[in-house]
Order: sequence, then structure tokens, then C-alpha cells
Amino acid sequence: MSLTAATINRLSVNEKMMKALKSVFNKITNTLLLPVVGIAIFLALWSITAQSIHTSLGEFPGPNAVVKQFSALYDEHTTEREKATAFYERQEVRNAKKLEKNPNYVVKIRAYTGKETFVDQILTSLVTVTCGFLLAAIIAIPLGIWMGLSVKLNSALNPIVQIFKPVSPLAWLPLVTMLVSAVYISDDPMVSKSFLTSLITVSLCSLWPMVINTSIGVSSIDSDLLNVSKVLRLPTFTHIKKIVLPASIPMIFTGMRLSFGVAWMVLIAAEMLAQNPGLGKFVWDEFQNGSSESLARIMAAVVVIGFIGFLLDRIMLLLQRRVSWDKSSANV
Amino acid sequence: MNWTQSVNKGLKKVSIGIALAISITGIVQSAELGEPEKEELKFGFIKLTDMAPIAIAYENGYFEDEGLYVTIESQANWKVLLNGVIDGSLDGAHMLAGQPIAATMGYGTKANIITPFSMDLNGNAITVSNDTWKKMKPNIPKMADGRPVHPIKADSLKPVIEEYKEAGKPFKMGMVFPVSTHNYELRYWLAAGGIHPGYYAPHKGDTSGQIDAEALLSVTPPPQMPSTMEAGTIEGYCVGEPWNQQAVFKNIGVPVVTDYEIWKNNPEKVFGITEAFATKYPNTTIRLTRALIRAAKWLDDNNNGNRPAAVKILSQSNYVGADYEVIANSMTGTFEYEKGDKRAVPDFNVFFRYNATYPYYSDAIWYLTQMRRWGQISEDKSDQWYKDLAAKVYRPDIYEKAAKSLIADKIISASEFPDFSKETGYKPPQQHFIDDIFYDGSKPNDYLEKFTIGLKNGDKL
Repeated sequence: MSLTAATINRLSVNEKMMKALKSVFNKITNTLLLPVVGIAIFLALWSITAQSIHTSLGEFPGPNAVVKQFSALYDEHTTEREKATAFYERQEVRNAKKLEKNPNYVVKIRAYTGKETFVDQILTSLVTVTCGFLLAAIIAIPLGIWMGLSVKLNSALNPIVQIFKPVSPLAWLPLVTMLVSAVYISDDPMVSKSFLTSLITVSLCSLWPMVINTSIGVSSIDSDLLNVSKVLRLPTFTHIKKIVLPASIPMIFTGMRLSFGVAWMVLIAAEMLAQNPGLGKFVWDEFQNGSSESLARIMAAVVVIGFIGFLLDRIMLLLQRRVSWDKSSANV
Repeated sequence: MNWTQSVNKGLKKVSIGIALAISITGIVQSAELGEPEKEELKFGFIKLTDMAPIAIAYENGYFEDEGLYVTIESQANWKVLLNGVIDGSLDGAHMLAGQPIAATMGYGTKANIITPFSMDLNGNAITVSNDTWKKMKPNIPKMADGRPVHPIKADSLKPVIEEYKEAGKPFKMGMVFPVSTHNYELRYWLAAGGIHPGYYAPHKGDTSGQIDAEALLSVTPPPQMPSTMEAGTIEGYCVGEPWNQQAVFKNIGVPVVTDYEIWKNNPEKVFGITEAFATKYPNTTIRLTRALIRAAKWLDDNNNGNRPAAVKILSQSNYVGADYEVIANSMTGTFEYEKGDKRAVPDFNVFFRYNATYPYYSDAIWYLTQMRRWGQISEDKSDQWYKDLAAKVYRPDIYEKAAKSLIADKIISASEFPDFSKETGYKPPQQHFIDDIFYDGSKPNDYLEKFTIGLKNGDKL
């Protein structure tokens, strides 16, 4: 009897171990193996189809050509940096000479005048999208909270929000461009006009999803929570801080994530259209150049744009998990 | 490829060495010319090979030698570029010769734009689609080896246009801007072959330029020409390089005639700045002219020996950005017409020889006569009016100051420039046009009388 019991026991232990192993194996397959297989199949299909597409600029770029362009772009970046260093050195010599001739000369270091490399363009785009997004958040979240709290304000503003929400920000672009050049006049501007134009365009598009999500989040707070607040006679500010914000954070963040994704997409298009510095301009310039490497370079930019978009989304997700009480709302 | 690259590198080193040597002497001796009033400048350009003087002045350090910190930025199209110069976001730009003239006259946007420096001669061509070429080719006389006789005249295109007319289809062609050299060259070529390119009537608000037209011309930005033709929107175009050679490489069209054959050594681009800029920053203006003159000279030095190095620079993505081979085709003294039919055109791009950089009044007046011919100037004007306007826009006085200071600094010898004591700004009558008509810049109204197609004295639409 005892023997059989031991066997059963051992069997069940084995089973447990098998189960554990199986689940680990499943996890590995799901998170590592399958994505790798997916990417490999995609790359294979890409390189096969690329070979059979002939454009007037030569063969459509396959993965190999794109990888080659990545290293070419990086090389360009390093040579440009060397040129910049030489530029500053020459400038110092020149300034020293000027000082010798005229001791009252006020030395001013001029920024490097060479071209913007691929890396510079990526940074420009990242800074622009972040600034535009933050500006939108500063306006949209307080406005959304207010709209959520006051039914009257909500009914007053709702039609406006609903009408402007579906407008493609690219339609705003010409207006924004003219507005910026008319209003922003300065002899020694802090930021360039093109940066402001892109920034405002990005803000305009990320504004609406945030306003709507925030106001819905605020207006749909559990009535129990509101009653608690009423019973305790919390002042408005404390009410917002202790009850409204924590309760509506999942919705606010959903809106923010949506907005950020849209903002990134719109920025690239806006940069292309307005020839403002950034990844969009890089793509457009390459298209205009029409050299045999252009398509591969554009493809390289596409990969980078996608990758950055993905990263931005993940960062927002992490933030959301950090600040939200409702972890389940922060699904992938 | 390898040996050309190493030769290029060698050339670049030598040229940098020369440039450095020159610049050191330059700094020591330019004591009379004051410091630039504005040091940080932004110049615009369109992706065309004739922007080369700006790129070279930057890359060879000529701007820095003058104490100028220049940023160079490509522009989407000629309209955006002109607006940039007018609103001050650009300090100067590579411009179509007609742009400063039209702007000062008030055709389009009114603004006083001047030019102290003419950027190049020739450099354009007319390309037609493969389909049109197939129909044109039988009408062209052939040489013994079977290749077409050049220059190809628009007479051979005429039957194709008739065919389109009978089928009730419009024959469309592209040019880059209403007041561009290309527009006037394309019109000149078509009209010389008996094809009416259409009139403008700005006083009636008609600026399409298609009144009475047998070939409909419209605006397309230069870099988009090949793809627009590939898409079938236009049947041909007139544009600067490398966009004609691009059509050959892409196998989508055939360049039929260069502007060198339409009008030998015709003035092409100019460097445009506002009059206000020149008045406010006189030293800066002279200094930037000096840098550009040096760059132009470098481009033509050693019998085009620096061209391969220049092509290498131009093929960078921030300048023209097309493939080295495509740009080299026209920049290094050859031009490929039909695929494989490569002919020597040593003067296809001229930057300095034949006094190419000097802003001649007679060049400005030629553009004005064409504006009158096609109705952009809707009424008769006196010869004096033409001369006054030319003198307002073209500023050989600034050029002369820059050139003389370069001579004084012993950077360029006086023999390389026109004799300033005798120069009137009017070239002697020129005769090398495709239709053999003489052009005398001092008698614009007489010139207009010589054309079969075009508005003449007393004509008003």
C-alpha cells in the first residue's frame, strides 16, 4: 500500500515538474522564439519580394541594403562631427586674430553651420514630439478635468471638441505656419520658427484625445467615491487631488498613450510637408535626391520611426503602471 | 571607380592646400575692406547642379575666409525660396535670373531684389518622354552613323503636336517657374519650331500662360520633373541638371536639346539678395560676392579639372544628392542624349569663363524682352524703361568692388575679369540662337519685332 502511495506521490511530483517545465517552455516560446520566427519570416519575405520589384531608382531595398545604409548613415554622422570640431577650432583661431587687431571685439561663438545628420534629425524629432505633447498635456488635462466636473461646461465645449477632433492636423499646418511667421518675430529667437510650427501642429492633434478621455474618466467616477467626498466635505482642490485624479488616472493615461502615438505619426508627416528639420524632412530630402541609395535610406528611416514609436508607447505604458492603482488597465 | 576616387581625393587635398594658402594671404591683405556687419547668414538653394558655387564657397572655406558663418538649406520650390528671401528667413539664395527682375517689376510678389553675382551660363536641357521621342525621331535628319543631327529643332515635334490636336488631347510640358529661364527657353525652342507656347495676360488676371497655346506649359518643381513625367502627367520638360540626365538613367525619357544649343552661353542662375540687405550690410554683401567669385573660379580652374571633386561634394545628400554618375555626366563636359549617345559639350556648365559671373544689363534685358514677348509685361515699354529696370536689379557696381578687392589682395588676377574701365554692362550683339536671330541688348523693342510668334509693339491681349 505504502509503496503505491509513494509511487503516486512521485508521479504527482513528476507531473508538477512537467507542468512547471511546460509553462516555462511556453513562456519562452511565446516571448522569445515566436517573435524571432515571425521576424525571420518577415525578413525572408521582404528580401525575396524586394528583389523582384524594380523601380526607376533601381531595385527595391532589401534588409541587406538597409543595414548597409545604417552603417553609412552612422559614418556620415561621425565625419560630420569631426568637421564640426574643425569648424570650432578654425573659429577660435579667427576670433583670436580679431581680438589681436581689435581688443574691443566681443567674441561670439557661432554654432556649427554644417548639415544635420540622421542622428541629429532623430533627436530633433524626439525633442519636437515631446515638447508638443507636453504642451498639449498641460492644456488638455486641466481642461478635461474641468469638463468632467462641470456638466454645463461639458455641454458648452463638447460640440467644439467634437468638430475639431476629426480634423487632420495637416490641414492646420498652413495656418499654423502663417500664424507663427506673423506673430513670432524676434531678432535673436530662442527657438526656430520651424520648430514652433511643428510643435504647435503636434499639440493640436494630441489635444483632443486627451481632453475627451480625461473628461470621460472624471465624469464616470464611482458615485460611492463622490459620496465619500461629499460626506467628508472635502474642499474642491483636495477633492480633485484625493478623489478625482486617482480615480481617473487610468482613463487619462489611455488618452495620453493614444495621443502620443498620433503625435508621432503626425510629426513625421508635418515635417515632410513643411520641410521642417526632423526625420520627416530626411525622408522627403532623400525622395527628392533620387539617388540609387535613396530608397534604402528611406527604408532605414521607416525602421527607425517605427522603433521609436514603439519605444514611446512602452515608456508611456511603464509610466501608467507606475502611477495607476488599477494595474489591469495598463494592458499591452 | 577606385582610381577616380583616389584621383578625386588627391585633387581635393591639393585644392584644400591651395585654398588654405590663398586664404592666409587673403586675411593679411584685405585690411581696407571692413568686417562683415552680419556674420551669420542663411542661404537657400534648389537641388540643381548650378547651385555649385554656394556649396563650393562653403566647403572650400571661402565664406569663412570672409568671416561669414553660412548655413545652406535646400528649399521645396522657387516660390518658397523667393518668399524666404523676401521675409528675411533667408539672407540670400540661388535664384532664377527672372526672379529678381520679376519681383522688382512687381510681377508676382513685389519686392526689391538685386543681384551682384551671376551664377552660371547654360546648364539646362529639354527632355521628352520615351513615347514622344519615338514619334519625333523619324522627323529628325540623321548623320552617317545613324545618330540624329544636333541641334534638334522643335520642327520635329510639330507633327506630334498636330496628332495630339486631332485626337483632341492636350500636349502638356513642364517648366519650373513662370519667370524661369526654363520657361523662356522652352518657349523660345517651341516657337522657333512654329509651336505656339501660349500667352500670359496678367492685366486680365490670367497667369496660366496658356492663351492660344498649342503646347500647354505648367509649373513642376525641378526634382519632381522625372517622376511627374514618369506618371504621365507631362510629356516633356525643360529643367536644369541633374534632372535631364536622371531621365536617361531611369530610362523614362530622352533629352533632345540643351539650352547651349538654343542660345549659346545664355545666363542662367543669379545670386539674389534684397536691396535692403545690400544697403544695410554693404561689407557683408561685398564679402559674400568675393567668396562666390572665388568658388566659381575654382569650379572652372585647370580646364574643369576640379569638376570631379565638385561633383563629389554635390552628390552629398544635403546638396543635390543625386548619384555621382548622374551629376558627373553633365558637369564634366559631356552630355548624354538618347541612352548611349553621349556627346562632348564642354561648355554645358560654365561658372567663370567668358565673364560668366559678371551681371550684365543686357542679360536682364533679354529676360524682360521675353516677358514682353509672352505677355507677362502686358503693355509696350520704352527702351529706356528696360534699361532702367535692368540697372535697378543687376548690380555690377557691387561686383566690381568685390572683384577689385580680390585683385588688390592678389587672389585673382585682373586679366580674369572684364576691363572695368571700359565695361558698359552691355554685351556686343549676340547671334548664336537656334533660330539665328540677332540680339542687341541696347535695342529691346527692335528685337521683339524680329519674332514670328510673340507680342510686338502695339499688341495687347
